[in-house]
Amino acid sequence: MYDMKELYEAFSVQEAIELRLAHPEAQIIAGGSDVLVQMREGKRAGKELISIYLIDELRGVSLDEDGAIRIGSLTSFSHITKDPIIRRYINVLGEAVDLVGGPQIRNIGTIGGNTCNGVTSADSASTLHAWEALVELTGPSGKRLVPIKAFYLKASTVDIREGEIQTAILIPKESYENTFGAYYKYAMRNAMDIATTGCSVNVRLSPDKQTFDRVRIAYGVAGPVPMRAPSAEALIQGKPLTMENAEAFSLEVLKDIHPRDSWRAPKAFRQHIAVEMAKRCLIEAANRCGGEIK
Amino acid sequence: MKDQYRLIEFNLNGKDVACMVDCRASLTDMLRNDFRLTSVKKGCEVGECGACNVIIDGECYNSCIYLAVWVRGKHVRTLEGLMGPNGELSDIQQAFIDETAVQCGFCTPGFIMSAVEILESGKLYTRDELRKLLSGHLCRCTGYENILNAVEKTMKKRLGVV
Repeated sequence: MYDMKELYEAFSVQEAIELRLAHPEAQIIAGGSDVLVQMREGKRAGKELISIYLIDELRGVSLDEDGAIRIGSLTSFSHITKDPIIRRYINVLGEAVDLVGGPQIRNIGTIGGNTCNGVTSADSASTLHAWEALVELTGPSGKRLVPIKAFYLKASTVDIREGEIQTAILIPKESYENTFGAYYKYAMRNAMDIATTGCSVNVRLSPDKQTFDRVRIAYGVAGPVPMRAPSAEALIQGKPLTMENAEAFSLEVLKDIHPRDSWRAPKAFRQHIAVEMAKRCLIEAANRCGGEIK
Repeated sequence: MKDQYRLIEFNLNGKDVACMVDCRASLTDMLRNDFRLTSVKKGCEVGECGACNVIIDGECYNSCIYLAVWVRGKHVRTLEGLMGPNGELSDIQQAFIDETAVQCGFCTPGFIMSAVEILESGKLYTRDELRKLLSGHLCRCTGYENILNAVEKTMKKRLGVV
C-alpha cells in the first residue's frame, strides 16, 4: 500500500483540469516512476494524488498541420523510441530516452513526467532543450505554449499554473528540418543509472556540407536545470568542419556550464567529460548530416 | 478517504476478473493479496530489481510502482499464466532449469516474464541486445550468464536458428 491521502482519477483532460482546480495541493501522477518511489521513501507520503495516467488522448506522436512534431505528454519512452515519426525526424530523442533506467522503466516513464519533475538529469531534457521544444499546457482558460527553457523555473520547479496539466511537447519544423543530432550519457553503469552528465548536440550543415550552418548544444547535470551552451554555439556557427573547430567548440562550453561537486562526481570531472562529450556529439551529428570533420 | 475501495475489471492470465481494490494498493499488492499470485515478488518495491515484473497489454512493467486501479480493462499476465493445461512448464521455464539459470529463484519469475516479451516479439536478438533487454532485473546468485544462455537458446529454438 502506498501512504496516500486520496487518489483522484482523471480519464480526460477536462476532468484533470477540474480535479486540479478542486484540489490545488494534490500531486499530479503520470507513470509514477518518480512519484510512487518518492512516496515509498516518505517524501510525498500522506499526499493527495491526481492520476492522469489513464488519459489515453495524451498518448502518441503525430505531425501538426504546421509540420511540428507533437508528442503527447503520456507517451512512454519505449513508444517514443519505436515511433516512425521520431525515427525519421528526430531520432536522437528516441536514442536518448532509450538510455533511461531499464526496459520496464521505459515502458512506464512518460516524457511529460520526465520534464514536469524539473530535474536536470532527465535524459529527454537536454535533447528537448537542444531542439528548442515547446511545452503545451492545458488549463481552465485553454492552451498555452511555453519554450522549454522558460518552462524550467529552477531545480524541481516548472511553470505549471493553477488548474493546468502538461498535454504535449512540440518540436517545430524549423527546428528539426535538415537537422541531425547525437546524445551522450555518461553514467556509472549502462542500465538503471542516472546521468553523471548528459550532452545533446544537433547540427544543420550548409548545402555543400562544408560549414556548420547551425549548431545547438544542451546539457543535463551541468547546472541546476538542463541548459544550453550559447558561447559554444556562437563560436562554431558558420565555421568549416575541421577538428580544430570541433575542439575549440568543445572547450568553449566551459564558459557556459557550471556543474557542481556531488556524491556522483566532482565538478572537475564533470567539466572534463562535458568537453569530451561536446566534441564526440558534434562529430557524430555532423557525420549524420553527411558531413565529414577534417 | 471516500470510495477507498474501487471496482476494477480486467483480464488476468486469460480470464476476465473483477476486484474491489484499495486505491492505495500497488499492482503487486493486488496480485499477491487478492489473487494469491505469489510469483509476483516483493523485492525492492521502488522499480529497480524487476522481481515484481508482469506483462500488461504485451509490455513489461514493474508492478510495485504501478497502481492497481490502472489495470482497468487491460490484459495482465503473470508467471502463473505460462502453465500448460496439465501443469506443464513452458519452454523458457524448462530452459532456465536446463541452463542452471535458477539458484534461489527470487528473481526468476520477473526475468521469465521479460523473456516472454522478448520471445513473443519473434525477433532474433544479439547477445548484447538481450543483455540490454534484460537489464531491468537484478540477480544476486547466477552472475547472469546462465540466464542469458537460457533466453538465447529458447529464442533460437523458437525461431529455428541453430
